[in-house]
Amino acid sequence: MELILSAGIGTLTASGVYLLLRPRTYQVIIGLSLLSFAVNLFIFGMGRLRVNAPPILDPGGVGDLARYTDPVPQALVLTAIVIGFAMTALFLVVLLASRGFTGTDHVDGREQRGD
Amino acid sequence: MTRPASVLAGPKSRPPIHSQGDKTIEYAEKLLSVFILVPFAGSLIAIFFPSDQRGAISWFAGAIALVCFLVTAGLYPYVASGGVLHYRIDWVPELGLNFTLRMDGFAWLFSALITAIGVLVALYARYYMAEEDPVPRFFALFLAFMGSMLGVVLSGNLILLAVFWELTSIVSFLLIGYWHHNAHARDGARMALTITGTGGLAMFVGLIIIGKIVGSYELDAVLASGDAIRNHPLYGTVLVLVLLGALTKSAQFPFHFWLPHAMAAPTPVSAYLHSATMVKAGVFLLVRFWPVMAGTEAWFWIVGLAGLTTLLLGAYFAIFQQDLKGLLAYSTISHLGLITVLLSLGSPLAAVAAVFHIVNHATFKASLFMAAGIIDHESGTRDIRRLGGLFHFMPITATLAMVASAAMAGVPLLNGFLSKEMFFAEAIETHLVNPLDTVTPYVATIAGMFAVTYSLRFIHGVFFGRPPADLPRKPHEPPRWMRAPLDFLVLACLVVGIIPAQTIGPFLHTAVLSVLREGTPDYSLSVWHGWNIPLIMSFVALSGGIGLYFLMRSYLATAVEGPPVFRLLQGQRIFERVLVTLSWKWARWLEQRLGTRRLQPQMRLLVFLALAAGASPLLLGNFELPPLVIRGIDPAFALLWAIGIACAIGSAYQAKFHRLASLVLLGGAGLVTCITFVWLSAPDLAVTQLLVEIVTTVLILLGLRWLPKRIEEPVAAEDISIRVRLRRLRDLLLAIGAGGGMMLIAYTVMTRPLPETIASYFLERAYREGGGTNVVNVILVDFRGFDTLGEIAVLCIVALTVFALLLRFRPQSDSLEAPEQQKVQNAFDDDHPDRAAGDSVAEYLFIPAVIMRWMFPVTGMLAAFLFLRGHDLPGGGFAAGIAMSIGFILQYMSGGTRWVEERLRIHPLRWMSIGLLVATATGVGSWFFGYPFLTSHAQYASLPVVGKFPLASAILFDLGVFSLVLGATVLILIALAHQSVRAPRAHAKAARSDKEAVR
Repeated sequence: MELILSAGIGTLTASGVYLLLRPRTYQVIIGLSLLSFAVNLFIFGMGRLRVNAPPILDPGGVGDLARYTDPVPQALVLTAIVIGFAMTALFLVVLLASRGFTGTDHVDGREQRGD
Repeated sequence: MTRPASVLAGPKSRPPIHSQGDKTIEYAEKLLSVFILVPFAGSLIAIFFPSDQRGAISWFAGAIALVCFLVTAGLYPYVASGGVLHYRIDWVPELGLNFTLRMDGFAWLFSALITAIGVLVALYARYYMAEEDPVPRFFALFLAFMGSMLGVVLSGNLILLAVFWELTSIVSFLLIGYWHHNAHARDGARMALTITGTGGLAMFVGLIIIGKIVGSYELDAVLASGDAIRNHPLYGTVLVLVLLGALTKSAQFPFHFWLPHAMAAPTPVSAYLHSATMVKAGVFLLVRFWPVMAGTEAWFWIVGLAGLTTLLLGAYFAIFQQDLKGLLAYSTISHLGLITVLLSLGSPLAAVAAVFHIVNHATFKASLFMAAGIIDHESGTRDIRRLGGLFHFMPITATLAMVASAAMAGVPLLNGFLSKEMFFAEAIETHLVNPLDTVTPYVATIAGMFAVTYSLRFIHGVFFGRPPADLPRKPHEPPRWMRAPLDFLVLACLVVGIIPAQTIGPFLHTAVLSVLREGTPDYSLSVWHGWNIPLIMSFVALSGGIGLYFLMRSYLATAVEGPPVFRLLQGQRIFERVLVTLSWKWARWLEQRLGTRRLQPQMRLLVFLALAAGASPLLLGNFELPPLVIRGIDPAFALLWAIGIACAIGSAYQAKFHRLASLVLLGGAGLVTCITFVWLSAPDLAVTQLLVEIVTTVLILLGLRWLPKRIEEPVAAEDISIRVRLRRLRDLLLAIGAGGGMMLIAYTVMTRPLPETIASYFLERAYREGGGTNVVNVILVDFRGFDTLGEIAVLCIVALTVFALLLRFRPQSDSLEAPEQQKVQNAFDDDHPDRAAGDSVAEYLFIPAVIMRWMFPVTGMLAAFLFLRGHDLPGGGFAAGIAMSIGFILQYMSGGTRWVEERLRIHPLRWMSIGLLVATATGVGSWFFGYPFLTSHAQYASLPVVGKFPLASAILFDLGVFSLVLGATVLILIALAHQSVRAPRAHAKAARSDKEAVR
């Protein structure tokens, strides 16, 4: 399990980072989205992977705490997902506005030779 | 929480000695806060005075200074004979950061000086400032300065001291630059700020090191650990840093040159800041740290050398000034040098003399600045060459100025004489056997002689000699009350000079006692000490100075400004050179060599640094690779991620030429992430991820239309240049490095057992205290509710930014045309006579559109369901808000913008503000029950049909979250969707105007 998920995180990161270094704004926005998947999964994985562990408490008694999944990384990631959405939205609009103002979708706001 | 800290303030040499009960001391300690609160509050109020109310506002400022002075006077019994008052508010006690005010005898003396001269300067400024000057700004800054200066002298915590110290620098910058239309004022202000600000920063570092050595930033603790500081290996560093602060502030050589340039300030400012208070902050600091830092060889050399050079050069330069205020500025520099020399000697008697001279200098120099201001005000010039014979026009002012400058020259029966005698007496004592100590008496006598010369020049050049011929104004006596501060100060000079022991004596003793404590020496303040060497030195200085003046008189009457030879070597010129080199030449050179405006190299550097920073601990430490566990892998999970990995790589590969394909693949990777969350027992994340995924995809789809067309042309492999290939290869390697690193770290961490975390804290309390079984949701809306409030505020800001950016959005012309598909559909309509244009567009995807319309109430239901169960089961405000916004977006997609807005009331801005208000109000609500912000209360409620559901006050908060998320998401999506409606209209309009232009 761990091996597969970490391979997934690694690939998502690599694809994201490669796109971050590309010259077109659209590539960068896709890259950021891929990178945020990777980061969310990474943070989530810090609470360790548990299959079929209850995430919801039994009403009444709590009982053995070790049965449950770790709620803290989950709460963090939940926040991160929403902020990630906000970031994507903002970046998309900045991208569009920049394209409207400069006439190009290059990240520098003007075409560079050799890209 | 406030508590008087006399019990907590750490080590203290002795408890306050007093006869009053504990109640009155507590009261007195509370009064200390007046010194900070009242001036700053006054400053704020002063800004709002109408600018034509010169009289009212100066009365106001004067009254505030007077209140502070009266409080100071009232506190005297508590500090007399060694008492110390403390007032402390804990801020971050763990870091030693406290708002501690501390008043001992020495701080009391300074407070008295600051507030008393403050009253006089406020009165003086009322007459000095002209009708057209923006007076409220002046008095606001004046009061702010008084507050900062009182803060410096009363700070009981080193960090607080540094803060107030910088505040005095900043306010003084604003005051020097008060007439900011004048280039001299601007330059002078900038120079003063640069020099004292740099010194202040150095001092700040020094103070932090002291704090580390002592283990506390509290002044009491620092003053009790003199030996620890002096014997510490970092003593030299601390000394240099702290002295940099003190010497720059007190305009000591080689940092003296800012003070003459600061004379571009209004004269009340000069009288207050540059004679009595701010420049004294440096020597104040030297006295403050005298018990813990002085007495070493390094102290003697650095402080002594700076002081002696300043004493001599300042006095020498003062002779050659043609500007009255310039003369006084250099004289101030010289007198500060005298105080510095006294403090360098390390003998208690010299320290007494230093404190005494601080007070004396403040009185006579403030009065002389005021006299110079009166002369300037009434005659229109401050140039000594043009002035003369003014005694005839303003006899009273002239007499006052003569007494004050006699005090400056050190004439017997005046206060300046007393401290100067003490200085001479100390100068001839041998403290350490070295050359510096040997030359001190000679330098002292020569400087004394120069002081007589320039004092005489001030008097003789202005009030006597030929009457002035071409003055801008006809001189006369100033208004009665403008002269009153002068009267008072000169009277003080006289009284202290004649009966010192009965007037200043007890106060001086209190101040000295608080600094020197057990080491307080016996000293005598009497005027007559018999025929001794200091008296002879005084006579030499007096007669020599008079002789020198009459020798140089004719030269000075016509000379240009500044001393011969030294004139060429101007500190100001050097300062400007250094500044230009540093801030322009070197900076530009560096920027040209290292800077780039291109984003990609910066990103590359950033990724590389992050990679290196992440890899270095692994490479340097002995990192062991965890064993590879292949067993126990679920084939279905492996297949899932095989798809996920393929999607991620495919999305990256297609992002340049096939945006839609890339987006679809991105969605695929997102879905795999989502399923992973379900698989690994995180249903909340899965729900939110799925919903956000939908919204993000719609959002980017809406944006795709406005991007330029890019069609992949088949390029032969050999046509791609080597440079491009190399760059891509490098990026690929960086990316693989980053991905590999993440994989390694993730795998290593995940295969290790989980240590004890705070998870159990939340698991145990979620139901008991938060009233919900969905721990994740309880953490978000209850335990960490404040974070969530911040987060939704961010969302709100982003939505508004998006909205604002799109209001001014101007698409490129190539994106304006109708999309290809629409053109085809319209062409079809045109070809068939039974169809009107636009019919095909309206009927496009007709059946799905009908279904989508019907789905609206269902989506609403889903959102309500997610919202209500949120506290106990997966769901919550976030998920519900996004689900609801998807419902709206479906309507837009099926019916088009106009169709929806004719039928539904869409007010995302209102929803957002209601959401934010509800969430905040829920938080505030707990205040009314006496609990901290956002404390929640939980219980269950039941509704018919729905059944029992949790009803915590957190659900109200969650309702706010819901409303805000809904509003923000809808606002973002709609703002983008509206562009397609706007653009064709704008396009049509542009086309029409083009046609009209052609006609």
